Amino acid sequence: MTTTAPLLDVAHLTLTIGTGGRRVVDDVSFQVFPGEIVGIVGESGSGKTLAARAVMGFVPPAVRLAGGSIRFEGQDVMAMSGKELRAMRGAKVGMVFQEPMTSLNPSMLIGRQLDEGLALHRRLDASARRALILDMLKRVGLRDPEGALDSYPHQFSGGMRQRIMLASVMLLKPALLLADEPTTALDAVVQRDVMELMVELTQANDTAVLLISHDLGMVARYCSRIVVMCRGEVVEQGTAEDILARPQHPYTRKLLAAMPQRLPARFLPQGETPIVAVRDLVVDYPGRQGFFRRSAPKRALHGISIDVQPGEVVAVVGGSGSGKTTLGQSIAGLVKPAGGEILFNGKPIAKSDTAYWDYRLNCQMVFQDPYSSLDPRMTIRQLVGEPLRLVEDMDTSARQARIAEVLAEVGLSDGFAERFPHELSGGQRQRVAIARAIVRRPSFVIADEPVSALDVTVRAQVLALFDELQKKHGFSCLFISHDLGVVEQVADRVVVMQDGRIVEEGPRDAIFDAPRHPYTRKLLSAVPGLEATGDGGVRLFWRLGEGEAKAPA
Amino acid sequence: MSSDSTVSAGGAMKRNRRMKLPAPNALVGSTLIAILLAAAGTGALWTPYDPLKLSFREKLVAPSALHWLGTDEFGRDVLSRLMAGAATSVWISILTVTLAVVMGTAIGLVSGYLRGWADRVIMAFNDALLAFPGILLALGLLAVLGANKYGIIVALGIAYTPSVARVVRGTVLSLREREFIAASRVMGNGEGFTMLRHILPNCIAPLTVLATSMFGYVLLAESALSFLGLGVPPPAPTWGNMLAGSRPYIDQAAWLGIFPGLAISLTLLGINLLGDALRDRLDPRMRGAR
Amino acid sequence: MFRFALTRIGMALPTLLIVAVSVFVLIRLIPGDPAQLMLGDLATPASLADLRARLGLDQSLPVQFGIWFGNVLTGDFGQSISSQQAVLPLILQRFAVSAQIVLVAVFLASLFAVPAGVVAAWKQDSALDIGLVGAATLLLSIPTFWLGLLLLLFFGLKLGWLPVVGYVSIADDWKAGLLYLVMPILTLFLHEMGVILRMARASTLEVLRLDYITHARAKGLSESAVLWRHAFKNAFGPTWTLIGLVLGNLLGGIAVVETVFTIPGLGRLLVDAIFARDYPVIQGCMLFVAFTYVLVNLVIDLCYPIFDPRVAAQ
Repeated sequence: MTTTAPLLDVAHLTLTIGTGGRRVVDDVSFQVFPGEIVGIVGESGSGKTLAARAVMGFVPPAVRLAGGSIRFEGQDVMAMSGKELRAMRGAKVGMVFQEPMTSLNPSMLIGRQLDEGLALHRRLDASARRALILDMLKRVGLRDPEGALDSYPHQFSGGMRQRIMLASVMLLKPALLLADEPTTALDAVVQRDVMELMVELTQANDTAVLLISHDLGMVARYCSRIVVMCRGEVVEQGTAEDILARPQHPYTRKLLAAMPQRLPARFLPQGETPIVAVRDLVVDYPGRQGFFRRSAPKRALHGISIDVQPGEVVAVVGGSGSGKTTLGQSIAGLVKPAGGEILFNGKPIAKSDTAYWDYRLNCQMVFQDPYSSLDPRMTIRQLVGEPLRLVEDMDTSARQARIAEVLAEVGLSDGFAERFPHELSGGQRQRVAIARAIVRRPSFVIADEPVSALDVTVRAQVLALFDELQKKHGFSCLFISHDLGVVEQVADRVVVMQDGRIVEEGPRDAIFDAPRHPYTRKLLSAVPGLEATGDGGVRLFWRLGEGEAKAPA
Repeated sequence: MSSDSTVSAGGAMKRNRRMKLPAPNALVGSTLIAILLAAAGTGALWTPYDPLKLSFREKLVAPSALHWLGTDEFGRDVLSRLMAGAATSVWISILTVTLAVVMGTAIGLVSGYLRGWADRVIMAFNDALLAFPGILLALGLLAVLGANKYGIIVALGIAYTPSVARVVRGTVLSLREREFIAASRVMGNGEGFTMLRHILPNCIAPLTVLATSMFGYVLLAESALSFLGLGVPPPAPTWGNMLAGSRPYIDQAAWLGIFPGLAISLTLLGINLLGDALRDRLDPRMRGAR
Repeated sequence: MFRFALTRIGMALPTLLIVAVSVFVLIRLIPGDPAQLMLGDLATPASLADLRARLGLDQSLPVQFGIWFGNVLTGDFGQSISSQQAVLPLILQRFAVSAQIVLVAVFLASLFAVPAGVVAAWKQDSALDIGLVGAATLLLSIPTFWLGLLLLLFFGLKLGWLPVVGYVSIADDWKAGLLYLVMPILTLFLHEMGVILRMARASTLEVLRLDYITHARAKGLSESAVLWRHAFKNAFGPTWTLIGLVLGNLLGGIAVVETVFTIPGLGRLLVDAIFARDYPVIQGCMLFVAFTYVLVNLVIDLCYPIFDPRVAAQ
């Protein structure tokens, strides 16, 4: 295989942006040979997306080529004429995007969108094209291909749209497929299905794949070779096995170390009363407000019961639509339940004002989106200090002292107090959110996907911070996440939800090593586990064996 | 885990956001507006000649050294009248925009806060008022209130309130979805406090953009109404009624029709350019530094 | 789609009702005896008593509204004080005059401004784009009454090509009638070009940023195919809504252009009625224009799914 010429040869590619000439892609070199799957791994700002897009000649107007070349099938892409580029795009190189919600034209029928590329690059009549399209739609798992032809994108779910996207691209049997974070926006279970589909289709057509992702686990699973990028440079590249088992560059090691791992289970003294007990909680979504009548309300939670012991971290996992976010919101008091009750320290919070207020002061929440959970017009000091307003017997100097104390605890030095959220990075903002949540020294914290929006290395730091704080202050935590890897690292107990019900719960080790419910098994089989191999390397393994049955489309 | 590694974590956004050079449209726009405000400010206090003083000897004098922009059919100096008219128009527009913003914000806040059926009822009335296009509602109100300076302010103020209410309500509704509002409630803050402390301040940016363009619309509307004879009544000068008065003499004294119109156009141009620049500046920041 | 249409129409009905109530209340705010106001100088004790009975002035306000609105729905808008004519036919006749100017002007403006705006967005920041945006901003900053005055000065007085005063209907003499319409249409055309071009450009820029545009390019489509086949339809929606707003604005604002060119249109009717305190006509005009505007917006809304199918799905 290695005696053939590379399909894609990127040599010393350097791209700069703006008048200052800042290098966003710096002396990047890698190759893709026919039929192989190569992964580019990096966090935000690594330049991986820009480099990949440059392969197709998609360079934003502000970006300049400062050096190097990109050769596809021997031809220099940057020197191609418009006509040559258009002949290459679609027919030779295809691209799959990250956001299924915006990558299809919302006002054009699916059939027409799929037909377009085919009509452009192949000499076939309309009925031949239609036959090819229907066949491909069936292959990607659509149940009603004919109906899909006359439908609009908004009539399909995210996973379906991504399959349609794959169909659209693979129809032309390109020699190279650029997949830019193709499954990041999808559910864990759907992710695996779409990835497997992509691999199957590309291998059947001898299409090479350049997979760009921040998810080292996924890249390691599917790629034969990996390129690691950081701040525009390639820091290391090699076979997947080499990279994982014997990482050389400090950044690669840092990336691997940041991947969530299972730590030994803690022993927690079992108390009598759980700090928070949820009994048969029922929550309904109000029906849609039509003009004349409301449609029937939809049940989001069908009688959920959970106990959280003092000092314990209980993780709630599930896919989208499982109700886990609604659960967090209703326990936090943002959503009014239609039935059931919540007890704090054994006392129902709905019964009396004092019980409710006691709960209110002691129950805090950390939200998912660091860009939206902080009021953009307040300084960090004001943001962190705001909850203290409601604490009695705390004068100004005591408040300021507490604010300083808490900021130090989350690792933000004094200089940060007067800054505004837009001056901080995502990780720093999330630290502020955590500081705000613990400033009143609550006994119970709800964390709703607190690290999902962060880069992998930042994620590791924030999780470590969270763990340190939890051990130091001993608050209980309800940790909501769709990311099983993260849950494996932080949870003492795990609750698995599906369609508004709890399908399984138990200690972390029991759930991860011996899951019983079919849905739990499906979730676990979609995400690989990691094992440290001692010398800084890791080994990936599929839980529950490689031959796990595929979920139906 | 040291503090140093955390400070550098994740690639912090540029702290020192280098001040970009103001865009050309902002420069031109601000210059024009500055001229307008200078003329209006001066005109309120002093003009080269008395704008109301009649002088039959100097009727219809073309622009000359004594009268830079000429005189009208009553011998009144055009430049002085333009400056006095600027003062009047700017003053009326400011009062009108203030009225519309205050009323509209109150309605929009209440409607966005209450939601449910109260919101729908308020918005139904609001939309009904919006069903009167352009200056139609103002015309109708003037028929009732009578055409004079204060009538215009009230009529136009009421006419523009519904658009402000819509924008504020929209902003309130989208802000409610932001997590910092949920955070405020989880913290224990009441809904009213959350509205005032968190939602209202974040409405200022879109309101500023709106108020700027609204100032332009109001100025134009006032001129149009004065042109029709339903605005500030003569002899008090306003650019609109000066244009109206120029019509019979347009053949012999074209300058009477050119200068007032030019003044309105340049003012509106300045407002439009400034509004564009403001929108460009405020928009990306509102979306957050990604 | 049917549910969508029904919902939109349903939403328009309360609006129309509140509009009618507002117009009714507005006129009643004027101090004085309503019957006296309606009849003006020609009132006699007998006619006053008769009108009072017909309007039901001895009954409660809601009942009076009911009577008035009932009349309106059957086409009885009352009688003009100044001219003794029935109000509705008068309005319709004047509306025909105004409408022909507005519709032609807006149609032509859209025809030129929409493609120009799309092309400007395509060639963003080029000399063409800056030039077009500059011209558009300039055009929309010039008030229509001044622009009309300048055109009148130049083409009418200085060059003598077009008539300066008066009006002849096309129905009577199409050649002469056309001459009278050229300048008013040109005035509105130029102004609305500025407005529409900017909106078309802005919404096209928004669309060109989206992923599916890159996807279309990634298929190998030419730039113009990407622009016209993919971007255009999606970008047109907001401009389509704007056209509805423009039409509405002109229904009210055309009074100034009609004044400059002495065209006997609907705007001028309303303004004259305000001066003459001709309340039945004022009332009728306001009601008619507002209703027409609501109808225009309804049509605009109902066509929106063509450009964005997602709205009908909600």
